[in-house]
Amino acid sequence: MTFYDDVQAIKAQYPEERSAVLPALRLAQEQHDGWLPPEALREVAEALDLTPAEVQAVASFYDMLHLEPVGRHLVEVCTNLPCALVGAQQVLEAFERELAAPPGETSEDGEFTLRAIECAGGCGTAVVVSVDGRYIEPVKPGDVPAIVAGVRNGNS
Amino acid sequence: MGIHEITLEHADERDLTQLGEYEAIGGYKPLRKARGMKPEKIVEELMNANLRGRGGAGFPMGRKASFLAKGTGKPTYLCVNADESEPGTFKDREIMVKNPHRLIEGCLITAHGIESKSVFIYLRGEYLDVFEVLQAALEEVREAGILEDVTVVVHRGAGAYICGEESALLESLEGKRGQPRSRPPFPAVSGLYGSPTLINNVQTIATVPPIVQHGAEWYASIGPETSPGTVVFSLSGNIVNPGNYELELGTPLRQLIYDIGGGIPDGRELKGIIPGGSSTTIMTPDLLDTPLDYNSVAEVGSQFGSAALIVVDDRACMVQMALRSTQFYMHESCGKCTPCREGTRWMVEILRALEEGRADQAQLDLLVNVADRILGRCLCALGDFAAGPVLEYVRAYRDEFQRHIDEGGCPFGGESSLEGVFAPVEQHHYHPTAEVPS
Repeated sequence: MTFYDDVQAIKAQYPEERSAVLPALRLAQEQHDGWLPPEALREVAEALDLTPAEVQAVASFYDMLHLEPVGRHLVEVCTNLPCALVGAQQVLEAFERELAAPPGETSEDGEFTLRAIECAGGCGTAVVVSVDGRYIEPVKPGDVPAIVAGVRNGNS
Repeated sequence: MGIHEITLEHADERDLTQLGEYEAIGGYKPLRKARGMKPEKIVEELMNANLRGRGGAGFPMGRKASFLAKGTGKPTYLCVNADESEPGTFKDREIMVKNPHRLIEGCLITAHGIESKSVFIYLRGEYLDVFEVLQAALEEVREAGILEDVTVVVHRGAGAYICGEESALLESLEGKRGQPRSRPPFPAVSGLYGSPTLINNVQTIATVPPIVQHGAEWYASIGPETSPGTVVFSLSGNIVNPGNYELELGTPLRQLIYDIGGGIPDGRELKGIIPGGSSTTIMTPDLLDTPLDYNSVAEVGSQFGSAALIVVDDRACMVQMALRSTQFYMHESCGKCTPCREGTRWMVEILRALEEGRADQAQLDLLVNVADRILGRCLCALGDFAAGPVLEYVRAYRDEFQRHIDEGGCPFGGESSLEGVFAPVEQHHYHPTAEVPS
């Protein structure tokens, strides 16, 4: 199945086809190394009979849609109040040291992008870390090297 | 008072994600009963049960359903608000992961009650585990023929707090930027695709099956008369036993914090409690005897919100609390209304100046002034969610704010539990505009 066909199948779930924009963008992002380059936006636009500008206007609104390249793995640390109160900043800094990348940046080898995120909905098991969309909770600063090693090993 | 499990009943003893297990505890029996009832009778039961919306606003579900426009010639839609994103809130995630069939059954009963054939569950994008559980559960009921002629679609969001606001949710579901609509018309008249739409929170919908099964009178008799039933309270922050606890409404705050929650760890002192997610105003320890229900919490000047309690011990600097909270609302402001878009930025700037010792007395007054000018001046409540808490941080912990001015910086001297906490907004450096030629 081509991307175009996949999007037609998604469209069929909705009374109006424009509702398929978010699922189509998510799919496009998965197929473009985790971000949405201009050609991905064009593909979504074409499949849904929208303009690339309309699609970009939607994509730029949502935090989980990336308009810049990201690393092969996305590490996200919740730093909102419930996590912050029990040491989120220390966890974030541990990842920063381990990956040698500050929040918002990608490690030099292109393997990891580190982000701080807003409340992930795991406040009872703070600190919440999401690796490639899967939650790990709770995380303490001392857990960080093993988490990073695990992702690297799963890689090789 | 105390623990009373209705939406999470048996969820810790059995794997209710399996259809067979759910049916073994009487699951989908209420649906069969409901389908034998006239639709209007179901709405009447919900009205009599006085089930108040669990998403935060507390509006009675039955009344909301009764507002749906009839005879429009358009389909009626049911949207479940599963975009749980209010900081501190994680109840819907637990209900959906542990008891997905209860939500689906609630959807099907409600759909019958409002004569809808089309249900959308708007699930926050980050909840990948929940998505998988819901999809698997839906597949089971589809194969078992339980859905009949109703379609249920799980629509994943993509990371935007504002999409939990009901009209922004509809915009997002229609494939647009999640910006709230001006009302009227309300969704009951013109909602999804301009059709009559009922929107309710996960926990509200998940409470429908037991109400249909045991009757409105049974439900209305639990807890206080003005807000009956149970709520899943999410307990987080500086507390010995964080987690979700389903309690009867009216349970005293002290019982939840000290008996159930085990108190404050490491021998620290309680400094404040945010009672219903970070959009609700902080309560000071002298209010510990407040019963946790919509009206009682409102009477002491705060809001019940989404029953998400964030417990704060004495290591936290309250200027930093206000700053981190406001950074979130600044980040999540959709940008449509000026007071919210600009006001949240002003508040962040002033709070940062206070924290860094760059603010004078006039700026503290300006902070209060800016917050006042946001309140009640926007299309949705997000601006109020940012401004209300700031005003209360300043009012309740005024001395601490004053010390930041008098001492030229943070009196915690780098020892606050929130010291230096990084807010994601700092990392947004995508600029879609072309460079202007010189």
